Amino acid sequence: MIHSLFMINSAGDIFMEKHWKSVISRSVCDYFFEEQQKANSPEDVNPVISTPHHYLIHIYRENIYFVAVCTTEVPPLFVIEFLHRVVDTFTDYFGDGGESAIKDNYVIVYELLEEMLDNGFPLATESNILKELIKPPNILRTVVNTVTGSSNLADTLPTGQLSNVPWRRAGVKYTNNEAYFDVIEEIDAIIDKQGSTVFADIQGVIDCCVKLSGMPDLTLSFMNPRILDDVSFHPCVRFKRWEAERVLSFVPPDGNFRLISYHVGSQNMVAIPVYVKPNISFREGGGRFDVTVGPKQTMGKMVESVVITCAMPKVVLNMNLTPTQGTYTFDPVAKVLTWDVGKINPQKLPNLRGNISLQSGSPPPESNPAISVQFKIQQMAVSGLKVNRLDMYGEVSKSSPKKSFTFEKYKPFKGVKYLTKAGNFQVRT
Amino acid sequence: MSNGGGSYNAQNDSRAGSTGEPDLGTEPTGGFFSADYKKHDDLKQMLDSNKDNLKLEAMKRIVGMVAKGKDASDLFAAVVKNVVSKNIEVKKLVYVYLVRYAEEQQDLALLSIATFQRALKDPNQLIRASALRVLSSIRVPVIVPIMMLALKDSVVDMSPYVRKTAAHAIPKLYSLDPEQKDQLIQVIEKLLADKTTLVVGSAVMAFEELCPDRVDLIHKNYRKLCNLLVDVEEWGQVVIINMLTRYARTQFLDPNQQDVIADEDKNFYGDEDEKDSEEEEEDEEKEKTPPKKPYMMDPDHRLLLRNTKPLLQSRNAAVVMAVAQLYHHIAPKSEVGLVAKALVRLLRSHREIQHVVLSNVATLTTIRKVRGMFEPYLKSFFVRPSDPIHVRTLKLEILTNLATETSISTILREFQTYVTSSDKDFVAATIQAIGRCASSISEVTETCLNGLVGLLSNRNEYVVAESVVVIKKLLQMQPDSHSEIIQHMAKLADTITVPMARASILWMVGEYSDRVPKIAPDLLRKMAKNFINEEDIVKLQILNLAAKLCITNPKQTKLLCQYVLNLAKYDQNYDIRDRARFIRQLVSPAGEKGALGKHAKKIFLASKPAPVLDSSFKDRDQWQLGSLSHMINQQASGYSPLPDFPAAAPDPTVRNVEVNPWEQVPMPWAEKTHKKKAGKPKKEAFYSDEEEESESESDSEESSSSSSESGSESESEDDSKSESGSDKDKKSDEEAESSSSSSSESESSSESESDSESESEPDTKPQKKAPPPKTKSSTKPKKEAKQEVSLLDLDDIDVSSTSAPVPAPASALDVLSPSLASDLQGLSINDKTDTAISVTTPMFVSTTSHELLHRMTGEGLSANYRFTRGTCIYSTSMVPVELTFTNHTDSPVSNIRIGDKKLQAGMTLQEFPEIPSLPGGGSMSVSIGIDFKDTIQPANFQICTQDRKYNVSIKPPVGELFQAVTMAEADFTAQQSKLTGMNENSGKVSIPSQHNNSKTITARMSELANVAPVPSSQDGIYRFAGKTVSGGTLLLITVKVGEDNSASITVNCELMAICSMLVKEVKQKLSLA
Repeated sequence: MIHSLFMINSAGDIFMEKHWKSVISRSVCDYFFEEQQKANSPEDVNPVISTPHHYLIHIYRENIYFVAVCTTEVPPLFVIEFLHRVVDTFTDYFGDGGESAIKDNYVIVYELLEEMLDNGFPLATESNILKELIKPPNILRTVVNTVTGSSNLADTLPTGQLSNVPWRRAGVKYTNNEAYFDVIEEIDAIIDKQGSTVFADIQGVIDCCVKLSGMPDLTLSFMNPRILDDVSFHPCVRFKRWEAERVLSFVPPDGNFRLISYHVGSQNMVAIPVYVKPNISFREGGGRFDVTVGPKQTMGKMVESVVITCAMPKVVLNMNLTPTQGTYTFDPVAKVLTWDVGKINPQKLPNLRGNISLQSGSPPPESNPAISVQFKIQQMAVSGLKVNRLDMYGEVSKSSPKKSFTFEKYKPFKGVKYLTKAGNFQVRT
Repeated sequence: MSNGGGSYNAQNDSRAGSTGEPDLGTEPTGGFFSADYKKHDDLKQMLDSNKDNLKLEAMKRIVGMVAKGKDASDLFAAVVKNVVSKNIEVKKLVYVYLVRYAEEQQDLALLSIATFQRALKDPNQLIRASALRVLSSIRVPVIVPIMMLALKDSVVDMSPYVRKTAAHAIPKLYSLDPEQKDQLIQVIEKLLADKTTLVVGSAVMAFEELCPDRVDLIHKNYRKLCNLLVDVEEWGQVVIINMLTRYARTQFLDPNQQDVIADEDKNFYGDEDEKDSEEEEEDEEKEKTPPKKPYMMDPDHRLLLRNTKPLLQSRNAAVVMAVAQLYHHIAPKSEVGLVAKALVRLLRSHREIQHVVLSNVATLTTIRKVRGMFEPYLKSFFVRPSDPIHVRTLKLEILTNLATETSISTILREFQTYVTSSDKDFVAATIQAIGRCASSISEVTETCLNGLVGLLSNRNEYVVAESVVVIKKLLQMQPDSHSEIIQHMAKLADTITVPMARASILWMVGEYSDRVPKIAPDLLRKMAKNFINEEDIVKLQILNLAAKLCITNPKQTKLLCQYVLNLAKYDQNYDIRDRARFIRQLVSPAGEKGALGKHAKKIFLASKPAPVLDSSFKDRDQWQLGSLSHMINQQASGYSPLPDFPAAAPDPTVRNVEVNPWEQVPMPWAEKTHKKKAGKPKKEAFYSDEEEESESESDSEESSSSSSESGSESESEDDSKSESGSDKDKKSDEEAESSSSSSSESESSSESESDSESESEPDTKPQKKAPPPKTKSSTKPKKEAKQEVSLLDLDDIDVSSTSAPVPAPASALDVLSPSLASDLQGLSINDKTDTAISVTTPMFVSTTSHELLHRMTGEGLSANYRFTRGTCIYSTSMVPVELTFTNHTDSPVSNIRIGDKKLQAGMTLQEFPEIPSLPGGGSMSVSIGIDFKDTIQPANFQICTQDRKYNVSIKPPVGELFQAVTMAEADFTAQQSKLTGMNENSGKVSIPSQHNNSKTITARMSELANVAPVPSSQDGIYRFAGKTVSGGTLLLITVKVGEDNSASITVNCELMAICSMLVKEVKQKLSLA
């Protein structure tokens, strides 16, 4: 399946290579570089490149190209999904998956890659399992390891790999048992010039941080599960139960994980929490810029962390603006205007206005740039999704062979947080 | 790890810009090490040191070199030595290095093989698995036989993890030596029968790599695969679904054939496929003389569709895509719609995933019948400014494909905003898309044309140029009444510089010169003036224009034409020279009017068919959806096209799984139908297959299948959950199948087919006429039950009730309670042993007992223990020990029991029921069971009385760790030949002459160890066989007596420590006077 992996940084250096079968010369990457040359931006390189003998499938993340080399027919998504899983694992281990993190931890990286693929076929990709095989680095352990000479590798077996709950490690023990659920919804929208919605939908996820001892079995139910009609689940969720009762029943992995992600389609009405009133005009040599932001349907909640970005046309030389609140920056190289608004006060609407100066001699741009908006609203899920209750069925543990089963009773701390933010929120002007 | 990181970066800095060259030693920089030679010496020293720290550091740096792609092969000898290192991390890094370089240094690599062979016998499954992994990854052809042996052992390993690794090893071995294919296929067959979700994915992967055409291997496992699918890990799911798609295409009928027949307006598959399907149709018609048999979906086909559906909600895009393609290729068209929602959901994912999904959606949308399913999601394909260019073009493609009369206005409005984008390529693509919409939907052609003409006044030249090209194509379709547009465009010829656009204008003016009779000659004049500066493509069109005008309007243009032709005659480009020569002959022949000249008008001004603006994804549906070949639109190596559905369904009964192999009668239809398997005996039943041993090639196990199942369960040390889970599956399977098979058996064999068809009815067409009530009631509830079970992944936790879960019954499997044990005793057969090897009663049971607790220390209570050499009543892996307590005092001792146990890891001890009271002077025997895990480590525990505790320990003599087994001499020698090398230990001894007879030797041997003599055909050779109680490892002892009373002793056993100990003890025992 996957023959080799090359990691290429933005400077075009192949800084790491790994081969799972026989060695493929790194010159195969020349084909990739060729494609890269043609592309205007790093994202534009076609993810699947066909060369005479190999097929290069790559992803671009954290400013690194992860180029997988395949020699035979393989579903491209299989490779792409796997590569993303690799980067996710790096991020999970090192805090970020960037080049320096990979270089700093190259031994762990190599061990991880060795463990994740066998002969090009995925072997262990669950982070819970990998963490048992190879301990993630942390400063304390690094110190301890240098002093004692002990290793990062676990010498016990990862039991999860061998059980029917392959995503959870066994023998989890916490003094404080807690389970947090973050319901995060992102609004993707395109708003046209007149302020009407061209397209809007909601992408939601429930991210969990579950730190519970033993083997807990959780059930999460919703007040209005009907909203969730397009859902994808973490493998731990029992699909049958969801189908029948619309409750999420699962044995969670240990630690952080994404329980479900869902999509609320454009068929449902989506409440747009902010509006942007742009007024941009160009004329010979300059132009006017005037943008006002205001809250729309916020259900009484405060709209926070509002950031407005606008990629101005290339002919714009500079902008001279005055905000009524927040700060603005204009990057004259990338021609990007960023206005950090902060909270929106409904009584006093934030406004940014001023002059645009264009390159002399060049004609004014024909079209106005699109504005993209970022915002956050705490304690609200815009789809209206509400968690009803979380039940936990205690855990069964083997404590002594005589009385082989006892119930470990503990009262976990449970918490649910809602957050709505802008995803791909674009206002056309 | 920060220290390691430092060295990686240091290397990086010092070697910057010199990648790939081995001799970089001359570079002056480099903080830590300056020269290559020196550096490697330094590393070698570190590797040779006896400090793990240094070794680890050295290995880390070497791995750093490997990671950077630098040559570290000269360190091979130094590294390979460390393969025996005790430090796991060093070992692991050595493995990494070995796998990378073993191919280049085959001889040295062989040194490491012994270590792996030893590790393959390790009790720890992870070590076994990793040894197999590395062994199979070392690409050294010499070791193929060793790998093969290791593989065959691992396939029947108790640990599913090892079996999974074995599955992975199969393609490796195959790529190393393709001649092993037949043997490997046998191994795959075994693995496919595995019921563990961990294993099946990898087994199917191996199947796909080695023998994807051996459909016959799948039949028996088909239903199991379908049912297990939800629980398999994600990557396995992808592989299995892809395989099952192909399987379904060969085994089931086309669910859409009805549509094809019913569809009168045709054009169902697009133009090309239509022919095929019609041909197919005809064929079918011919073959099926009883015509128009209504299509009924095979229940197995339905099963596949039903069980894959939930996977559309997987978080893994590859799984979703796999299901989508499965539905696209094998589901009835009415059901394919389900996948749209899931595919659209994937569009929120990473950009690379978007790209792949979109290109697949683009292909789907070119197919008219399935296009509708994406229409509700039209807006999801709207382009966002942040999309990379390839995603944008794909989205445009899809939007264009989806355009219908109703949605076109939305789409055009959207396109309008795209046209204003600053990205030229994107704008050009948008204009192309508008053109396609206009040509496909006649209602909007006019609107689009007007819009495009509007764009002609755009300030961006590329926009204008692209519009010109598109307008040209549109006008060609309906040239009437558009003379003003042509005029407008002719004017543009002055300003526009893009060659393609100029060429288009010229062509159009030439073609429709009758509509613009005044402008055309003028345009030619202008062009002629500038002829030499034009691009080739424009020059050709100028020639064309000249020729056409010359024909229609010779008065004004004849001279101009001549002029242009003369210019072209001396052009650098031979194409243009040729064209000029050709046109000259037609238009103004030198001599008398040529025969062709008369027809010049017909030649140049023939009415041309309008171009068809088609999707570039039109031809992509020949590839399997979601495949690499589809992505690159060319055949990737290793791609095999999806077969067409068979015209007549192959026999569905091949997938039936016999539940009772011993009751099985040869069924006539089974042989008739299954062609490929016809030669094979029908004996290979599902269960017996799974339990089949690697060593015994004969399938003589049918009768023991159920018993060995229970045996393997009680043996499995790992999680009881998976066992119980799969067990339930198994049972429900059994139920379902037994019901169907019993019903078909009760009827005559010819009816069985129709019977199975009627079963499918409740699934496919519930509203149709009621099937025979008997079958319905018997099959339906069971099916539901089966599905339910397969989808619950944690069966032992009671999900439906809110109460706390019941302790799993599986707990009983590990250590059986005495009462149960006696019932099961006869059933449990250790699955590690061969069928030919059976446990027998011991030859000798010693009556001497050893002291456990002296009466002085025990304050009047003494205890002795004795090895009874029977089968332990608690568990087959335990050595039975009889404890005798004697009370030497006058007063009774009460509550005698076993207290704290301090056992070695893995060891278990089953205690005796508490003795309530032992009267003064009395004695009592109880039995306990100890699983020593085949070591002679003592079992330490406490014996407690009411008020005291005494620490005691039982150390087993090595001979007591065995169970006597009987076997044939041939088996003995066969087994012995497998246990050579490290597993063989021998010694010499002289036997006192008075004892040199078979009787004494046999007696002494059986006294020493619990072994049984093997009948020997040769004089002077005595053979004894046994197996360890816990692991079931074979022990073979051979005593060869020579003439001068000297004897050579050979002991073969996988446990080397035991081997050497036994040799020593046998020597002592036999040399006793």
